[in-house]
This record gives sequence, C-alpha cells and structure tokens, in this order.
Amino acid sequence: MERSTDKFAIRVSDLVVGFSRQTVIDHLSLDVRKGEILGLVGASGGGKSVLMRTIIGLIPKRSGQINVMGVDIDSIRNHDAHTATMWGILFQQGALFSSLTALQNVQFPLRENLVLSESLMNEVATAKLEMVGLTPEDGDKFPSELSGGMTKRVALARALALDPAIVFLDEPTSGLDPIAAGDFDDLIRTLQETLGLTVFMVTHDLASLNTVCDRVAALADGKIVAIGSMGELLRSEHPWVKAYFHGKRSLMLQPEAS
Amino acid sequence: MANVRELDTLGAWLLEKMSRLALETGHPATVVGIADRYTGLIEDVRQINRRKPASRVVQNPVLERLEAVGRSTFNAAEDVSVFLQMLGALGSACVGVLKRPRSLRFKSLVYHLNQVGWQAIPIIALVTFLIGAIIAQQGIFHFRKFGAESYVVDLVGILVLREIGVLIVAIMVAGRSGSAYTAELGSMKMREEIDALSTMGLDPVEVLILPRIIALVCALPILAFIGSMAALYGGGLVAWFYGGMSPAIFIARLHEAVSVTHFEVGMIKAPFMALVIGIVASSEGLRVKGSAESLGKQTTISVVKSIFLVIVLDGAFAVFFASIGM
Repeated sequence: MERSTDKFAIRVSDLVVGFSRQTVIDHLSLDVRKGEILGLVGASGGGKSVLMRTIIGLIPKRSGQINVMGVDIDSIRNHDAHTATMWGILFQQGALFSSLTALQNVQFPLRENLVLSESLMNEVATAKLEMVGLTPEDGDKFPSELSGGMTKRVALARALALDPAIVFLDEPTSGLDPIAAGDFDDLIRTLQETLGLTVFMVTHDLASLNTVCDRVAALADGKIVAIGSMGELLRSEHPWVKAYFHGKRSLMLQPEAS
Repeated sequence: MANVRELDTLGAWLLEKMSRLALETGHPATVVGIADRYTGLIEDVRQINRRKPASRVVQNPVLERLEAVGRSTFNAAEDVSVFLQMLGALGSACVGVLKRPRSLRFKSLVYHLNQVGWQAIPIIALVTFLIGAIIAQQGIFHFRKFGAESYVVDLVGILVLREIGVLIVAIMVAGRSGSAYTAELGSMKMREEIDALSTMGLDPVEVLILPRIIALVCALPILAFIGSMAALYGGGLVAWFYGGMSPAIFIARLHEAVSVTHFEVGMIKAPFMALVIGIVASSEGLRVKGSAESLGKQTTISVVKSIFLVIVLDGAFAVFFASIGM
C-alpha cells in the first residue's frame, strides 16, 4: 500500500456514477501516476466531465473507491481546507468569480486558506499571473474584460495558486485558436516540469493529446477501454478508439503511428 | 430535365415525391437528363422520409392528468425538503460562524445590507406612503356616510402597524431583492463559480448565502419600520387635506387607537418573513441548471413562491397572535 500511494496520484477503482435511471460511469478503474500528464478522451456526453467531477467530489458516486494522493475521498469532507491544497481545477469556462478582478481571483485561494500579509499575497498572485504568461496590468481587469485565452490563463493561475499536487483541466484548449492552444499546451508542459505537477486533462484536442500527454485514456460506454501512450492507443483494436484516432480529423497523427 | 439550370432541395424533393406517387400508382418514373452536379442531391433526396417516425404513444387523457397531479405532489414534497435542507445548511453555517466569528464575510454582508436595505428605502417609503394615503382616503370616504370619519385613524393605525406595513414591504423586498439573489446565485451556478468555490474547500452556503440572508434579516425590520411610518404619514396628510383633521388631532387619536402591542405584532413578523424570502431565493438560485431559460424560470418561481409563503406566514402569525391575545 505504501508503495502504491507513492506511485499513484489518483486511484479510481470500480467506480459507478449515475443520475436517476441512467448509468454514466460503469465499474470504471483508472490509475494516474504521479508526475504524469494524463489525457482523457471520450465521446461528447460520454461522461468525461462526470468522471472528473466525481473525482473532485462535486458529483456523488454510487459505489467504488477514489483515492487521491493516498487519501480516500470519502474521508474528507467537502469543505475542507485540505482539498484546496491538494488539487486545483481549471473549469471549462474558467469559472472565475465575476465580482473579483483577475488578481483577486488568483488571490482568493490564498486569502481563504493561508494567513498572509496583503503585500505578500499580491506578490505571490502576480507571480502566478506571470507564470501563466500574463502581465501584472492584466491583473486589474475583471473577468468580463478578458478574452477567452486570458480567462483560461487566469483560471490556470488560480488553480495553481496554492501549488497543488494535482491539476484537473477540463478542456483547456477548447475555444482557443491553434496558436493560443499550442501556447497553452507548452505552458502546461512547462509548468508540469517546473512544479512537478500531476495533470489530469479532459480534452478533445488531438494535437494537445499528441504533444503534451504522457498517457491517454479513452472512455467509452462508461469504462476505460484503452490506456497508454499515444502510439499504443493508435494501435488499439477497440472500435470506438479506432474511429476516434483514425478518423479524417486524426490523419495528422498517422505518420507518428507508423 | 436538361433545361433545368438551378435545383434546390425543395425542387428535388418535389420531383422525388412525384416519382414516389407514380410508383405507388404502378407507373415507375425516373428523372433523366439532370445536370451532373445535381445527381448527388437527387440521390440524397431519394433516401429521405423513408422511415415513418415512431408514433408517440397516446395516453389516456384522464390518466395523463392524474399522472401530472401525482408528479406535482411529489414535486411539492421535494420543495419542502429543499427548503428544509437550506434551513439546515444555513443553521450549520451559522454555528460555524459563531465558533469562528472571523469567518463571517463582513464585507459581503455590508455590501448586501447596502443593496437590500439602504438602496431600497426610497421606493419602499414611496409605495407605503401611497398605500397609507389610499387607505385613509377610502376610510374617510366611506366612514363619512356614518359620520364616523374620526375612526379612520384607528383603521389606518392598526392596519398599517399590524399587517399592511410589514406585508407590503416584505412583498416588495421579495420582488426586489429575492429575485436579485436568485439571479445572482443562479448565474454563478451556471458559470460553475459555485463548483469552483466548493473545490477550493469553501462552503458556498457560508460564503455566498449566509451574508445575503443575514443582510435581509437585518434590513427587513428596518424597512418595515420606515414603511409603516411613511404609511402613517401618508394617512395623516390625507386626513388633514381630505378629511379636514388637523395633524395634532390625528396624532392624539393615533395615540389612543394604537398600542405598542400592535407595533410589536408587526415588527416580530419581519425577520421571519426575511428568512423565508432569503431561503426561497437562495435555494431556487442553486436549482438553476445550465440554460438561460432555467435562470428566468427559477427567478420567477422564487418571487412567486416567496410572496406566497410570506402571505401564508402572515396568516399563520395572525392566528398565533389572536390565540395568545395580542
């Protein structure tokens, strides 16, 4: 047990999640290793976000176990300061607090969980903004004044505010143009290397799967049907995985496969 | 068809329909000579409308109606449980704040006090002033037939202090601030801000809802007091100009007609009404789903439900005060 908690950041076993009559996640098991970037792919509406939200405790599960950094999720209450330092989440639309400026948004987790002087908090928050490639001037803008790409960067800075061990990213590059998406991929890679993060990324972006993810997991019919490096997934025989990675839009991946 | 230069989906479908009709009557027809670029369209159209959509199961209308009644009964039970859940969550957040007074969002509380209290004073004073004036005018007009104009002071005094003052103010606050709470919380829910808050290890009830409800519970009694005074003032003015009763006599009669008990009865109700409005507004806000339509729907439900509950509560208080002789 001691060894396995050392090695894995997230362990999900035999998880079942559903709403009323519908079962979305059906006896799913998934391990995320420490320090890797795991990409999760799946059909739209196939339960990717549900899986992510269940791991972070926003959706109750029917059965199964979820272990994050060696702690059983059931044993920590929802509003516990511990969870805040354990993970940071980048929501699909950013979910920045609209009444606070970008800088205040990044400060928010610091203000709530630590006792710091105002000036130190400003410095730390500005540092995080600069790490994600924004200028200190951007910090004074309100979320409504930020572009899509900037919103995601601020949201990432907020997710990283407490230097969590795990970062969950929900479609980080959706709605960004290819250049901005590429920059964001580089940013995630760089931050992962400098901060030693474990990244759990839900994405449809084949390019970012190919360039930043160490491993890719494919979710279909409520189960993980394939997991491994991009090359391994391209060789998978599962019909859905084949359709996903060998469709017209995935042709750019083919040269690497052969 | 060689002379056809343009063909759209509609035209292609009419052709297809004709050929299908011809087939049914036993004379198969084919489209010939169509320009090459339209053959794809013709082929596509040939495939459409082949399959009849599965006919919807027609239910017995009586059974359907019964089912609707059953469902709404269950929904009503759910409404009660949602209300109680919010009350419980609020109670536990209150205990948390009492344990650690520093965790109370003081800034947010002051902000909302300004929003629901201070900012609401002009409109509430105006409306209650008018209501008081109207009650006095109607009272004088009808009491005059019996030569009992002076009793209008009793009418205005007791009605305003016991019932109308607090009720009108509560209804206005439900429409003004309750709807704002629902819309604010609902849009935060839609933008996942509430999820973001709970993943940061914070309790949305403590951070967002508790300051709002405390602000409402503090503001409503003050507003009810201001509203009652404005109504009495309006009534007094009408009695003076319309009924010819000088302010000195009005005040002296008011002194005889009403007692502190009437005032107490009115004011005791105010914080409870505020609590009901706040709980309904917050819990409806948290029930908003992803769409803009749902936000509008929940805001409407919030206002309608809180006004209804405020009136029901007022009735319950009337029964209670009557039975304890106040």
